[in-house]
Amino acid sequence: MTDDHGHHPGPLTDVERRARALEELLIEKGIVSPEFIDSVVEAYAQDIGPMNGARVIARAWNDPAYKQRLLDDGTAAIAELGFGGPEGDHIVAVENTPSVHNVVVCTLCSCYPWPVLGLPPNWYKSPPYRSRMVREPRALLREMGCDVPDDVEIRVWDSSAEVRYLVVPERPAGTERAGEEELAGMVTRDAMIGVARP
Amino acid sequence: MNDLVQSEVQRMAGASALPRQNGELVFEAPWQGRMFGLALGVVRKLGLDWEEFRRRLIAAIDADPARQYYESWIAALDALVVDLGLASAEELEARAARIDR
Repeated sequence: MTDDHGHHPGPLTDVERRARALEELLIEKGIVSPEFIDSVVEAYAQDIGPMNGARVIARAWNDPAYKQRLLDDGTAAIAELGFGGPEGDHIVAVENTPSVHNVVVCTLCSCYPWPVLGLPPNWYKSPPYRSRMVREPRALLREMGCDVPDDVEIRVWDSSAEVRYLVVPERPAGTERAGEEELAGMVTRDAMIGVARP
Repeated sequence: MNDLVQSEVQRMAGASALPRQNGELVFEAPWQGRMFGLALGVVRKLGLDWEEFRRRLIAAIDADPARQYYESWIAALDALVVDLGLASAEELEARAARIDR
């Protein structure tokens, strides 16, 4: 998380410094590796937050008025469902359409809407993702298994300390009769980052 | 890692239970996830019983019930580190003070 330095406003709190002191000590002593901690965090990053985001997307798919509110003021619409908190201010939802595919990156570090997506996956924080998604999004998306047709415009959104983006994927065809619970099950974390299409 | 989570961490109940939302663990900031991973790592790598950590966590929560849950994890980890003789409380404090603000 050292790549977060200087990007988030405000100095480290005493608590964060105590946490970092413990982590550094135990790494120095060879008891725990940073990779092990990463692996634990990553395992949970898959599960902690994305379910919240999936509920938001499912509601938007099922309720046009809610979708409009989500696109008008992401933070407020997300708060309607009871989600919010740290790193959840100024969430902007961007909608995929048949002609536009949105994808989110944070070129400076790893700004990410925690309340709806949980903690960011490791690749989201990696330098190659952060630089290449801006430079050659179509090629990188293809490598990540997300083929965006050539006639679909790709819009890359650079998250920052001020604004966190959330992609509203297109509702999958043939789901007109699906309820919100079922729809939520179709929404993946990667689709809400924009590196997959449901 | 997963076996430990499944068998011990998931069973934690009462005051020491992990915060959850929709049945999933919740971290409100990255350092909380780091402390979670650190505790699992120390217990596993040193071959300790998870109870060794858990009872210190319960004591830390009892000592200051109002503080943020994962701050109690820090206190419990501090206690474990000291009791294992890895560092003294003073060394931990000095180290934290040296971290760039």
